[in-house]
Amino acid sequence: MSSRDSILSKIKNNQPTSVSELPSLSFLGLDKIDVIETYKTVLKGIGGFCEEVSSLDEVKAYIAAHNPADKRKITTLPEFADIAETEWTNDDPHSLQNVELAIVKAHFGVAENSGLWVTDAILGQRVSPFIPQYLSIIVNKKDILATMQQAYERIGDLDYGFGTFIAGPSKTADIEQSLVLGAHGARGLTVFLIE
Amino acid sequence: MKNTIDHSTAAATFNKDVERVNWHDETLWFVRSKRDKSAHAIPEWEALRETASNIKNNVLSNMHTYLQEFEANALKNGIVVHWAADGDEHNKIVHSIIAKHGVTQMVKSKSMLTEECHLNEYLADNGVEVIDSDLGEFIVQLRKEPPSHIVLPAIHLKKEDVSDTFNEHLGTEKGNNDPQYLTEAARKELRDTFLTRKVALTGVNFAVAETGEFVVCTNEGNADMGAHLADVHIACMGFEKLIPQRKHLGVFLRLLARSATGQPITTFSSHFKKPREGQEMHIVIVDNGRSTQLGREDFRNSLKCIRCGACMNTCPVYRRSGGHSYHNAVAGPIGSILAPNLDMKKNADLPFASTLCGSCTNVCPVKIDIHDQLYKWRQVLVKEGYTPSSKTMAMKGMSAVLANPSVFKIAGKAGRFVMKNLPFMVNNNLNAWYKQREMPAPPEESFREWYAKKAKESKDKK
Repeated sequence: MSSRDSILSKIKNNQPTSVSELPSLSFLGLDKIDVIETYKTVLKGIGGFCEEVSSLDEVKAYIAAHNPADKRKITTLPEFADIAETEWTNDDPHSLQNVELAIVKAHFGVAENSGLWVTDAILGQRVSPFIPQYLSIIVNKKDILATMQQAYERIGDLDYGFGTFIAGPSKTADIEQSLVLGAHGARGLTVFLIE
Repeated sequence: MKNTIDHSTAAATFNKDVERVNWHDETLWFVRSKRDKSAHAIPEWEALRETASNIKNNVLSNMHTYLQEFEANALKNGIVVHWAADGDEHNKIVHSIIAKHGVTQMVKSKSMLTEECHLNEYLADNGVEVIDSDLGEFIVQLRKEPPSHIVLPAIHLKKEDVSDTFNEHLGTEKGNNDPQYLTEAARKELRDTFLTRKVALTGVNFAVAETGEFVVCTNEGNADMGAHLADVHIACMGFEKLIPQRKHLGVFLRLLARSATGQPITTFSSHFKKPREGQEMHIVIVDNGRSTQLGREDFRNSLKCIRCGACMNTCPVYRRSGGHSYHNAVAGPIGSILAPNLDMKKNADLPFASTLCGSCTNVCPVKIDIHDQLYKWRQVLVKEGYTPSSKTMAMKGMSAVLANPSVFKIAGKAGRFVMKNLPFMVNNNLNAWYKQREMPAPPEESFREWYAKKAKESKDKK
């Protein structure tokens, strides 16, 4: 018998004889909260920056003012083609190693943990939010949901190859519990909440 | 196999450095306090724990079907699925994938399963160099130590230790203990590793039967840096990582990081469903004793564990004995109920490394009855004859004394006499109760003597 079949048969023999019911999730995540205020507070608490803006031009101005002009920037948003490269999505992912800033959009955000949901469809490349030194993510204010319960309702049975929640900059506290931002991924995350 | 030092001996060694033990204790308590703060901010926390526990009940009772559902969906997604009955088969599968690609180096993010299977040693023996990319694991790997905590692998080390290690291996400035500086040095070193490895291995936090995808959670982004830059991604999981549906991730991701470190969620919660174009993706599903544990009714709930480490952070014994004293990939209370399933003889000491205070059970996000299981393991181990003879003798002696009232009376008298007149006979290092304690002053009389006296006095009054 293959390992697969012997493992499965052992499991079948050893698992409880009756199946216990799956609980309902419908009563979770219903507490009323101010989603935008919560989102901002939580993001700040985990080391991210939040900017409320009313247009993409404002985002552009902020990025220009806060990032060195001569460093490499990439984006998946055609609106930013004048300040960042857009023709990199079919390149070898290793070639992104010298990127200073990536600018992408998130499908939605989650107030309770400040996570932003991004997938293949808007990342250009899977490594794009991890390999740059800094990361900027733009999300619509109306797309901030209260909890992870609403988040998965929104994702539903969407098909994707890869998706991730990004909550704040990459970090570690592995040396004596001292928090250090910028472990292996982006050292800083700026979230632009747009009207 | 190296000789195992039992928990109490290793704990005694750990306790020699009082200042460090106190620091270790306080650091972990600090993490536990952050967990409390975070949990208390969620009004429905208890409902979440209950729901998570019930989802896991359903998984355990339907594992056979869910595993096949997961396999079928993963295959549909273009993932190669492997099955390993034990650690050895797991190691061989991983090695065969690496060998097929003709490489001799691999980058790995945190996976307690590979620690359990001793993958690194196996691959080293077969000429494959593995670099652990989680900062804590990277540190302990350089020091040739195992992780001492499943979430905080280097929690037993001070920054001076890390500085010395990095000075030796990475050439950082001697005596520069700044965590920022040290982390930056590791970042540079490991970035080069990520960029040059063709094969990356990650653990799995959750695998979803309904969709065939798996989720990997990190704060550092190391799992993603490895996986998205490599030609081959190998993900290894114990079969108990399964959950039925994608929406259940909402429950578990709300609990995991809050229970672990008090963060609202890990920085990255990455959902791998299909390999990227041109990439190969493998999943190795491992049993290694889990199906046996599933059949032990008293202990099957231990398979609900989501590896948050909350039970360790809160455990008064773990905090004061350190992760290494548990001589098992998973330390602390949960490790002590998983380990005897793997090897009763080798791990017979672990269920006794607990005060049974129940704090572990109270913080467990999936409501495992940890302290009850520790208590039940003790009974199994004694019945099976795995407890040390000194303990068995002492227990037998005690039961003889307690079973016979006149023997009990004489023993009590003798004890009071010794403590009063010959204190050196108990106030010495042979008596484990004397360690770090003063023996109490002996009472003048026993309760029975006092009771008899009082009864006589009140009778006399009448």
